[in-house]
Amino acid sequence: MVKLRFFAVLKHLVGKDELALDVEKGTSLEKLLNKLVKDFPPLKEGLQEGKILVSVNQEVVERSYLINDGDEIAFLPPFAGG
Amino acid sequence: MGQGNIRIQNEDFSVEEETLRVRESSRRIGGIVSFLGTARDFSKGQEIHKIDFEHYPGMAEKRLSEIREQALKDYDIIEVTIIHRVGERSIGENIVLIVVGAEHRQDAFRACSWCIDELKRITPIWKKETTPKGVVWVEEHP
Repeated sequence: MVKLRFFAVLKHLVGKDELALDVEKGTSLEKLLNKLVKDFPPLKEGLQEGKILVSVNQEVVERSYLINDGDEIAFLPPFAGG
Repeated sequence: MGQGNIRIQNEDFSVEEETLRVRESSRRIGGIVSFLGTARDFSKGQEIHKIDFEHYPGMAEKRLSEIREQALKDYDIIEVTIIHRVGERSIGENIVLIVVGAEHRQDAFRACSWCIDELKRITPIWKKETTPKGVVWVEEHP
């Protein structure tokens, strides 16, 4: 099981701030994202254009990253602090 | 209210107290430069009524710590404090404070400027502005 977290505007686009998902062992982040955009089409453009950063356990990783049980995957729209 | 050099908090901070804390961290400090960001009432041609800040707990603090560590490595400075408030903020309220102490002023100015630029670039904090036309999640970081 992995935990997906959505922040800021993405919470409203997806309709939730967290989601628990069962992911098959050896699934890449890329594969997960492809599935996710089918379930949540509003994420597609941002993910494809790189406007939405994806972190795993609070670190930005390559899309080839192989997901582990217990991972926290966060979807981060463009930052606006300060 | 927290006491460390890196904090993300709802409560207001005291610019004077944080400046004093940096000053007291070393008698070698000869100059202190600070940046204070506040909530303003106008942005991109629209009136702003209030601002809500959201962050990714854990990751945001990590990034601010990394900024502090990098600034201490890259500039000839002695101490850095970075504090960012989150939650609902009214116009005029304090938002972010960066205080840099150094032996000499040049690197204190440069480091402070670099820190706020880097904070805006890499820290998972988001800002939602309430305007007369509705709510806007800000995307760019000027």
